[in-house]
Amino acid sequence: MRVNFTVNGRKQEADDVWEGESLLYVLRERMGLPGSKNACEQGECGSCTVRLDGVPVCSCLVAAGQVEGREVVTVEGLADYAKQRAEHGGCASGACGTSLDAAQRWQSKPADSQTGENTELSPIQQAFIDAGAVQCGFCTPGLLVAADELLERNDSPSDADIREALSGNLCRCTGYEKILDAVRLAAARGENRTAGQGA
Amino acid sequence: MAGATRTPTNLTQGGKTDAGIGASTLRPDGTLKVTGEFAYSSDMWHEDMLWGFTLRSTEAHAEIVSIDTSEALATSGVYAVLTYDDLPTDVKNYGLEIQDTPVLAHGKVRHHGEPVALVAADHPETARRAAAKIRIEYRQLPLVTDEASATAEGAPLVHEGRDDHHIGHVPHPNIVHRQPIIRGNAAEAAKKADVIVSGEYVFGMQDQAFLGPESGLAVPGEDGGVDLYVATQWLHSDLRQIAPVLGLPEEKVRMTLSGVGGAFGGREDLSMQIHACLLALRTGKPVKIVYNRFESFFGHVHRHPAKLWYEHGATKDGKLTHLKCRIVLDGGAYASASPAVVGNASSLAVGPYVVDDVEIEAIALYSNNPPCGAMRGFGAVQACFAYEAQMDKLAKKLGMDPVEFRQLNAMEQGTIMPTGQPVDSPAPVAELLRRIKAMPLPPEQQWLAAGEGADVRALPGGLSNTTHGEGVVRGVGYAVGIKNVGFSEGFDDYSTARVRMEVLAGVPVATVHTAMAEVGQGGVTVHAQIARTELGVEQVTIHPADTQVGSAGSTSASRQTYMTGGAVKNTCEAVREKVLQLGRAKFGTYHPAWATAELLLEGGKVVTDGGEVLADLVDVLEGEAIDLELEFRHRPTEAFDLVTGQGNGHVQYSFAAHRAVVEVDTELGLVKVIELAVAQDVGKALNPLSVVGQIQGGTTQGLGVAVMEEIIVDPKTAKVRNPSFTDYLIPTILDTPSIPVDVLELADEHAPYGLRGIGEAPTLSSTPAVLAAIRNATGLELNKTPVRPEHLTGT
Repeated sequence: MRVNFTVNGRKQEADDVWEGESLLYVLRERMGLPGSKNACEQGECGSCTVRLDGVPVCSCLVAAGQVEGREVVTVEGLADYAKQRAEHGGCASGACGTSLDAAQRWQSKPADSQTGENTELSPIQQAFIDAGAVQCGFCTPGLLVAADELLERNDSPSDADIREALSGNLCRCTGYEKILDAVRLAAARGENRTAGQGA
Repeated sequence: MAGATRTPTNLTQGGKTDAGIGASTLRPDGTLKVTGEFAYSSDMWHEDMLWGFTLRSTEAHAEIVSIDTSEALATSGVYAVLTYDDLPTDVKNYGLEIQDTPVLAHGKVRHHGEPVALVAADHPETARRAAAKIRIEYRQLPLVTDEASATAEGAPLVHEGRDDHHIGHVPHPNIVHRQPIIRGNAAEAAKKADVIVSGEYVFGMQDQAFLGPESGLAVPGEDGGVDLYVATQWLHSDLRQIAPVLGLPEEKVRMTLSGVGGAFGGREDLSMQIHACLLALRTGKPVKIVYNRFESFFGHVHRHPAKLWYEHGATKDGKLTHLKCRIVLDGGAYASASPAVVGNASSLAVGPYVVDDVEIEAIALYSNNPPCGAMRGFGAVQACFAYEAQMDKLAKKLGMDPVEFRQLNAMEQGTIMPTGQPVDSPAPVAELLRRIKAMPLPPEQQWLAAGEGADVRALPGGLSNTTHGEGVVRGVGYAVGIKNVGFSEGFDDYSTARVRMEVLAGVPVATVHTAMAEVGQGGVTVHAQIARTELGVEQVTIHPADTQVGSAGSTSASRQTYMTGGAVKNTCEAVREKVLQLGRAKFGTYHPAWATAELLLEGGKVVTDGGEVLADLVDVLEGEAIDLELEFRHRPTEAFDLVTGQGNGHVQYSFAAHRAVVEVDTELGLVKVIELAVAQDVGKALNPLSVVGQIQGGTTQGLGVAVMEEIIVDPKTAKVRNPSFTDYLIPTILDTPSIPVDVLELADEHAPYGLRGIGEAPTLSSTPAVLAAIRNATGLELNKTPVRPEHLTGT
């Protein structure tokens, strides 16, 4: 079957999709977006978390056909998504994606070094790097999408709030302490920015 | 083979002058990892690739009567179906130490989930469905599942015709290896004991549960060879096992490390490597294999489950008199790393304590249970669980404080190990315990902190809203452990580094090329830090790890920063010497310091040890590239005597201590770990941020085994009951407490920069500390991991 949907602000069309294919498979193997990870494909680990019309979901549990006409944001689009949210205010409705016009003019922006240095990152992405929350990094994309959604809802989460919001994302390397640090850091930086603008 | 691909790339990082050793430099792969662009092994892609799938045994021990692949092969979209009969050479087995593991089962299967057949197809689901059409007729064989059934008279032999008894004094062919350690006279020393305690302990089968599944891409080459992109812990060890099965010379199997989503020992053995290569060579097309989580539980070895019998004695003033112990590790169907695990379990069985008179025996069984091998802590974990429970029992019987009792018996620099080996670097066991005890305790009853009724999230049971704290009691427990660093027992352990220094775009740059597996531990970060420190450059490129450079050894045994870090350091020093030679030849006549002073490379310049600048590296190197590849070895070790266990078997030791604070709901049998504080000596923290991350991660894996993690094997059928993240539980962020870390840096003069391998030690003492805290809270004598609700409620 053919599935039409929007990924990271761009209209996409996937052909010859088998009815049993997951959104995760379509993103990774058909769209060339491997950022959403395939750790368990059972909805238990959260590594494949994406936003579907703004709502965080395990893309391994979403049948590709279910996303027809809908809007998906993956970790690859997180920086743009966060930037637009910052520019246009809240985005809890998920309606702050790229306009069709903008999507058609979209071009990939290769980083100026192979490590992606000087890549524009969302605050939560930068905080994960700065706090040492990335080790093997396989859980990172899913955690970033989940943490970004938390901060969108709650710009000053308590530790209990953070733990609750990220409880669907397994990490085997870090012991989570630095992940907590990263979310606290991103929240604190957000507050500083607001305070700075107010002054 | 031409065509679009996704494969690993260089990591270049520059622009930081303070990013040498000792700094919390950020990962060079961090940006790629947070943007989703980092190429993990399951992300490998080739434009016309096929998908491979492995058909696995549904039986644990059975004769294969027949295999019919015709229907699978006739399926539309299927390119190949392979069984044992399709293997191209006489080499049909592989293995880390003993080549006893079949590439594909032949004649019989020895464990549930053993690979039997392979399929390559144009879609993963096609491959899966075709595999389901392969008809296999099994005839069940009697099972060996524990020591009694393995050594009973007339017991079925897991490996018939086994002729490698030289590996140890093994009393039965179903025992892989046996290592006794006898020192002093334990029977005589026991007479001096005022109190004697004994116990039987059971350690469950833990899984590494790395998140990135076993996966990779094999691309057939035009020369008849193959390019393999894969996640592994040791490229050259894989290569040594893969090439003979394929019938190819090693240079025709070109391996490149792809992004590794965690390892923890579970990638030391081969998984899909040979299978993907066989399918690629058969079909002439690139073949990608990605295990799903279910298959991953069958695709790698686990931590050895163990039964441990311990007897300790102590005098009434609290001095240990003797130790007698017996450790039985279940190695499962194939040997994997069992011989080395036995060596560790026995030689570290006494723990970080002074005991002169010991009688120790450790064995590993062959059985029809899942194969077990390497996992973080490697034999030392199981022993630590038992000896730390014993320390608490002794302290209690003597009416002493458990920490003071441990400190009284703590080993120190100069202590002689039960193997006769003197400990010749700092061993701050008593100090680590002192630090952990001195940390402030977390406040009690935090669920009441909000003041407006209970915040159930802070209670055992959490959001399930099962209690408001009525039956909740608190306990505190301590533990400390000792782990060896590096490969032991006479193994020729070495690593290789290639370092190139040149001027690119007007800037001096260094490129570091090793075969080290970056599995998340941060080796790529410290290699760049070492190169910056030794060569005085800002920009360092880390070349992808591959087999075009010499072996780096395994990313395991806490050895990689020591060994490949050591190799990078030594090679950089040699490159620096060449740079200075070049400088002397070009500019030596201009300044006498070129000949007389101790010269350094700093900030892109050649400087004297007094800080005087002699030249810019750009001018020294202009038009030249210095490129060296050198090996690094740690000091030699020797095998343990097979009868007495005596021998200087270990390179270095690593120590960590934990204090656990738990709250237990005694009505529901639920445990919440409130805090897990840890103190560890790291010798020298090359990257403090990474060091703390490793310690917290290792601690959490120990917490997991204490309260939730266990692969459950049905004792009647030897089949795995819980191969999924639904049923095999690993700690979530809600299960994991705050983990304050206290890092001690007492340099080991024998190691590069004085560093001490750190990856494994924090996994040891975490588990017994949590158990001790639960015992402290409940008064129960718990002797098994993981602690389950029924153990706490007596139901």
